[in-house]
Amino acid sequence: MQNNCPDSPDDRHIMVYLIMKCVRIIIVFLFLLIPVIVCGSDIKEYKLKNGLKVIIVEEHKAPVATFQIWYRVGLRDEPAGKSGMSHLLEHMMFKGTPKYGPSVLARIIQKNGGTGNAHTTKDHTAYFEIVPSDRIMLPVELEADRMKNLILDPKEVLSERSVVMEERRLRYEDDPQNSLFEEVVAAAFKVHPYQRPIIGWMSEIKSIEREDLYSYYKTYYSPGNAVIIIVGDVNADEMMKKIREHFEALPSEPVEKQMPSVEPEQQGERRVTLKREAELPFIILAYHAPNFPHEDNYALDVLNLILSGGKSTRLYQSLVYEKKIALSASADYSSFNIDPYLFYFFASAAPGKDIKDLEEALFAEVEKIKKEQPSESEVQKAKNQIEASFIMEQDSIYMQAMKYGMFEMLGDWRLIDKYLEGIRKVTAEDVMNVARKYLKEENRTVGILIPTKKVKSEK
Amino acid sequence: MKSEKLKKLLAVCLLLACCFLTPARAEALDAKRNVLSNGLVVLHSENHSLPIVMVTLIVKAGQSDERKEKAGLANLLSELLTEGTEKRKSKDISEEIDFIGASLDASAGGDYTTVTLSVLKKDIHKGFDLFSDILLHPVFPQAELERKREQIKGFLKQREEEPSFLAGRAFKKGVFGEHPYGRLIEGSPETIDVIKRDDLVEFHSTYFLPNNSILSVAGDLTSHELDALMNAYLAEWKPHGLVKKDRGRPDEKKIKKVIKIDKDLTQANIILGNPGVSRDNPDYYALAVMNYIFGGGGFSSRLMHSIREKMGLAYDVHSFFAAYKEGGSFQIGLQTKNESANTAIGEILKQAEGIMEEYVSDEELSDAKSYLTGSFKRRLDTTRKIADFIASIEFFNLGLDYDKKYPDFINAVTKDDVLRVAKKHIAAENSVLVVVANQKKAELKY
Repeated sequence: MQNNCPDSPDDRHIMVYLIMKCVRIIIVFLFLLIPVIVCGSDIKEYKLKNGLKVIIVEEHKAPVATFQIWYRVGLRDEPAGKSGMSHLLEHMMFKGTPKYGPSVLARIIQKNGGTGNAHTTKDHTAYFEIVPSDRIMLPVELEADRMKNLILDPKEVLSERSVVMEERRLRYEDDPQNSLFEEVVAAAFKVHPYQRPIIGWMSEIKSIEREDLYSYYKTYYSPGNAVIIIVGDVNADEMMKKIREHFEALPSEPVEKQMPSVEPEQQGERRVTLKREAELPFIILAYHAPNFPHEDNYALDVLNLILSGGKSTRLYQSLVYEKKIALSASADYSSFNIDPYLFYFFASAAPGKDIKDLEEALFAEVEKIKKEQPSESEVQKAKNQIEASFIMEQDSIYMQAMKYGMFEMLGDWRLIDKYLEGIRKVTAEDVMNVARKYLKEENRTVGILIPTKKVKSEK
Repeated sequence: MKSEKLKKLLAVCLLLACCFLTPARAEALDAKRNVLSNGLVVLHSENHSLPIVMVTLIVKAGQSDERKEKAGLANLLSELLTEGTEKRKSKDISEEIDFIGASLDASAGGDYTTVTLSVLKKDIHKGFDLFSDILLHPVFPQAELERKREQIKGFLKQREEEPSFLAGRAFKKGVFGEHPYGRLIEGSPETIDVIKRDDLVEFHSTYFLPNNSILSVAGDLTSHELDALMNAYLAEWKPHGLVKKDRGRPDEKKIKKVIKIDKDLTQANIILGNPGVSRDNPDYYALAVMNYIFGGGGFSSRLMHSIREKMGLAYDVHSFFAAYKEGGSFQIGLQTKNESANTAIGEILKQAEGIMEEYVSDEELSDAKSYLTGSFKRRLDTTRKIADFIASIEFFNLGLDYDKKYPDFINAVTKDDVLRVAKKHIAAENSVLVVVANQKKAELKY
């Protein structure tokens, strides 16, 4: 929210989420405050008796720290007809409590040299602050306050609804490629809520009332449905003292999550076209694919990088470099969702090239990997990239916390190790097999953007 | 591509957040500075907390050093550095870099070109080998030149569908006119078409010199290890006479322009602004404070408070000063539905008048100062940020103790300063207004 950074990262770009189909978490925690220190690591884990989980990583290389609070609620939990509710509520979380008025939280953080923001995804909503480490106690009180005492003033709801509608115009209505993306996802899913955009359909955003938001807030914003992650130059004991002081008294109602409808198996190709004022044709392929920790998702991650993990890989080399048929071409897959999602291909046609030829060229790449195993070197390169990115990400306390949060949403941060082990075991044959299993014609949705008239512009 | 767009959006956010603040630092930067016998300035910040090394090289040549009819040369050159050397083909370079999960990129800007390497410590030799190879021995193969030329033209065409691109391009041109800062870094299809391989070779041999460059290295590397790398991979980099051309400053003649671009959109994309200041302008720090209060401070800013929070007119509204070596610009940007364009512009003008006519409050002043000084630590909290920061403070001659001086620069700013610089550097009579919109629905009064 702050600084206008995108606070609703498109679902393709945020990896994360729970694996639990319903929230069982709340029941178990009778042991309070026993830090679980995993061998060889500085990660400390605590559970308050109201179910709130806290993960603290002391990292003293720079005098800064991040405080993040992740709620297990997102697009997936929204009732039919109210798409965009999680995201609008995320915006409203900055609109104040009786103690701290509209935008006061953001201002307090900023005048202490910090920054903050939030994002909503298919499965969760997360808020964060990054502050000089001597101010790390500030967000504790502020986050506890807005977990419990949000006002949701009807006037503010009206105003923020129109802000979100402007955000939708900015990101989707006036962006032909993103509009096509919405069309493809909506066609790929018939019944599962992943069908809808995180930001919501325009008419549905408009229909969200204060009361909808209030009951949604009361249902999902509770300690048992949240995880706090702190990474940085902090002292865990002092942190926990402060966290207990502000969060322990918050009551926790068990969250009864609705099971979203199960998406039936796709049994034939689906096609959508979008005719819009645009410059170049654009194509998206979307294949249904499993989510973490399915046995196939490791090989799919490796496949994704073999296809488009840098300029040396297949899609760029073949479509952009050799054939010069595409201006850009990539694959995209993330297994970090609670429910099965999609394995994508994106490509935009080079000027003067026919989108049909580009489509054929994409299919040819798909067939190639189904017919023949990738080389050992391609597989090793993909694995090296994943390992290197895990190390590089640790350079940033924010990225570190994001990673723990993401795996917490999937069930447990310790799954990070399971994930990396899974990746290491992938063979060239596995990659070919998952391509055969999932990249099938009957399992795909094809979307094509057809540019209409020319842009008039004064230069 | 969508992900690239998101990256761009994020980059804009970062720009909004940092643009006018320049880099910053943590408690102990401890960067060492050495000038080698070939004239290369080497900056080194050692940190062994993670097995990674970040390298940033600034070559003091960019868009400002191009001839107008060959606009886009610096950018094309940077794009071609990784497309072939004396001993490696394009695919060899990307293969070797991708295989170790590293990244090696070059990009040109208004004032300079940067080459960056991010690599795991265990692969540091491979990383430096590739880095020095693309820097010292690029060959700009004709076939790669043709390919890249077509790609850049293709991307330029594709970007015509982005309202923010159209608005930004028209604004630059409006504010900087014929100065190189007024052009897209990519140039235009016409100028890209006339660039020849010889132009690239000449630009490279003229400017890519050690005595025209700054190398900064941060991370898991001792001085001893760095010396060994320099000897092994950059020893052959020879200085020679530098042709110092006067780049010239943007014209100061008065402009007042309204540029309307018609496109079938739901939102009007609006930029209002005027010529700004160069990085060495003494008003720089007062402007940082003023801009934070006015439109740079996110939810602490007046523009955000009025236009987003009170009026619900826009998701994004911001202002910033872009300060380059030879000049700069000030701009206010927002997007609102076509029908609200007039109202939003009216409110911007009202807010601008406000900051130009009345003192800011004590609270606004102190909040701005505490943000600007307090956020310094965050601006140096990763190895990548440190490498980039020390390179840029060297480029702008700010001194390696800049981090210690910065709080004093900011804290010295008074309410009088804020008022004075607002009057001086926000200029209604010298402004460019760009509106990309469905003009029929927007019915602009301006």
